[in-house]
Amino acid sequence: MSTMANSGEEQIAIRAPAQSGGLGASAYFGTPANTIVTLLCLALLALAAKVAVSWLVINAVFDGTPEDCKASVGACWPYLTAKLRYMLFGIYPFEEQWRPLTATALFILAITISCIPRLWSRWLLLGWVVLLPVLYLLMAGGAFGLAEVPTSQWGGLPLSFMLTFVGLVCALPLGILLALARLSNLPAIRILAVTFIELVRGVPLISILFMASVMLPLFMPDGVTIDKLLRAQVAIILFAAAYIAEIVRAGLQALPRGQTEAAQALGLHYWQYTFLVIIPQALKTVIPPLVSLFIGFFQDTTLVTIVGLLDFLNTVRTALRDPNWQGIAVLEGYLFAAAVYFVFSALMGAYSRFLEKHFRVGYD
Amino acid sequence: MKISVRACRLAAGVLLLCSTAIAAQAATTLETVKARGKLICGVSMGTTGFALADAQGKFAGFDVDVCRAIASAVFGDPTKIDFVLTNINTRFQSLQSGEIDVLSRQTTMTYSREASLGIDFGPTVFYDGQGLMVAKSLEVASAKDLDGAAICTLPGTTTAQNLADFFRATGKKFELVVFENPDENNNAFFSGRCDAVSSDRSDLASIRAASKSPNDYLVLPETISKEPLAPAVRQNDSNWRDIVSWSVWTMMAAEEKGITQANVEEKLKSEDPEVQRMLGITDELGTMLGLDKAFGYNIIKNVGNYAEVFDRNLGEQTALGLSRGPNAQWNNGGLLYAPPFR
Repeated sequence: MSTMANSGEEQIAIRAPAQSGGLGASAYFGTPANTIVTLLCLALLALAAKVAVSWLVINAVFDGTPEDCKASVGACWPYLTAKLRYMLFGIYPFEEQWRPLTATALFILAITISCIPRLWSRWLLLGWVVLLPVLYLLMAGGAFGLAEVPTSQWGGLPLSFMLTFVGLVCALPLGILLALARLSNLPAIRILAVTFIELVRGVPLISILFMASVMLPLFMPDGVTIDKLLRAQVAIILFAAAYIAEIVRAGLQALPRGQTEAAQALGLHYWQYTFLVIIPQALKTVIPPLVSLFIGFFQDTTLVTIVGLLDFLNTVRTALRDPNWQGIAVLEGYLFAAAVYFVFSALMGAYSRFLEKHFRVGYD
Repeated sequence: MKISVRACRLAAGVLLLCSTAIAAQAATTLETVKARGKLICGVSMGTTGFALADAQGKFAGFDVDVCRAIASAVFGDPTKIDFVLTNINTRFQSLQSGEIDVLSRQTTMTYSREASLGIDFGPTVFYDGQGLMVAKSLEVASAKDLDGAAICTLPGTTTAQNLADFFRATGKKFELVVFENPDENNNAFFSGRCDAVSSDRSDLASIRAASKSPNDYLVLPETISKEPLAPAVRQNDSNWRDIVSWSVWTMMAAEEKGITQANVEEKLKSEDPEVQRMLGITDELGTMLGLDKAFGYNIIKNVGNYAEVFDRNLGEQTALGLSRGPNAQWNNGGLLYAPPFR
């Protein structure tokens, strides 16, 4: 038995290079075994596609009431239209929901602009410094005739966006500083950075959020409360910073020592060569792990439900409990959430590939 | 030791951000609420019948109506509320830290909670108890007949503990199947992964209502635990606890006296001295608690009596379809017994 297996492996090992060269039909139908596997896979795919299409389209209800849906065996799309605004904005006051909509649109626009390397400048940084308070004002109100909306009523997609991107925007500089501190020659700074990074990485995000909501109030004087959104946001920033620091450190250590020496020889002092020579190159090398971390964090923000914040996934989840629709539409809601998360995660992934290509210009 | 270092680190980071918010606050909850102009009420993140936001994000439910009654008592206006969602794991901390004024969230009153958590409970607003639901096809009429059954539950030490106690008493075996997510829990039961599902009876009714064919499932008659659900407030603020308690008792007494949202205007002319005191016609009971003398009238006018609140959110006409059971008036075979207004 074992000799047979061995000889089989050898055969594969010899054949593999030849097959990987051509992508013709022979790769799939070259041998009887391959043909059978290919046909089997095709049949399974066709079956899955048939089930999916009949559920998603053919048997689906596109317009109607909960009763229509109950009678049908397909997907129930009226559910999504009925609950869409709740899923997107949660318990933000209904009449005021144009505000989170505008804020999210502005936010996405600003992120898109910031993604274009040609526009990177000090002005862009200044733009963000102005934009973030404006967005906050738009969401929170209490000035310029906007009704006040406490943060406890923020929810849905704007909340998920905010926690993710404000979190990462603040965590990135902090993470870079931590990475530099960890590589510092000064023992005190190095030990502080190592302690922080290892402590934060040593516990899951959910326990840090839990701590921020359970332990923190115990340290506060009586009657003093910190906004729970702020607590969650700070917890996410600190957590993300520790992970970013380690990724950036990998990038820093990957750079040849000659870069630093050359920069020092030119007479640049520490901050100059670090931020003009070392960091830009280090960040370029770590784009892929950084972006996967960002995508991970976008999805991890759903954990804020532990402190009683309704992020997008949780608005979708609570929308399912509407007694009018209960037991009728379950998969539809989760599919919608999955689609939204997928689109944004895929966009981030695509942007990462674009950046890698962009920066490789001049290297190859 | 390790934990406190971590927590201090976090605290230090956040302290800076909130240092401006620090202000000495020795005021009572009522003063704080009145100064703020709004009641902050902690509710569940979404439970059918008890607290759930509709498609427009507006909250409705039994627990929500308790909040509205308190807001009516304090402000005469049931809309002066900010609802704060509380997670089941952190609900008591939200109350202790002053983030919310009252916790109205399907919370069972127990000895250790009242004694050690720094909170006080108001009157029981809903008498619940843990039960078991099975498929009718299982042909089981009593929980005592279940032997070797796989039972689905949500995590929570008391749920499992109650089952263990019950089955030890009956001398039968059972297997616990725990799910973190309610949807998974329900699907596991409906798909036959478990023989029974166990939760509070009100919750079982909601799970049953959510199934494609509710008539195929049966909630077994045994109630294996006592779950008196009550609103909670911070400890050592007896004025505020009184306000919460008497807001609830006003609704119960109103049902007993036959005062409804619709006829409360007529009842202002009632000859019954207790009704006159409740509605603030004679005496000034409200002012003793620092409220308007018409606080009782405001509660009934804005929210209704207990029966109306029950029927609207949990009753036979709703998706939950609960009967009054132990939540009927004391003179009607139930446990509701509001102290006299005098």
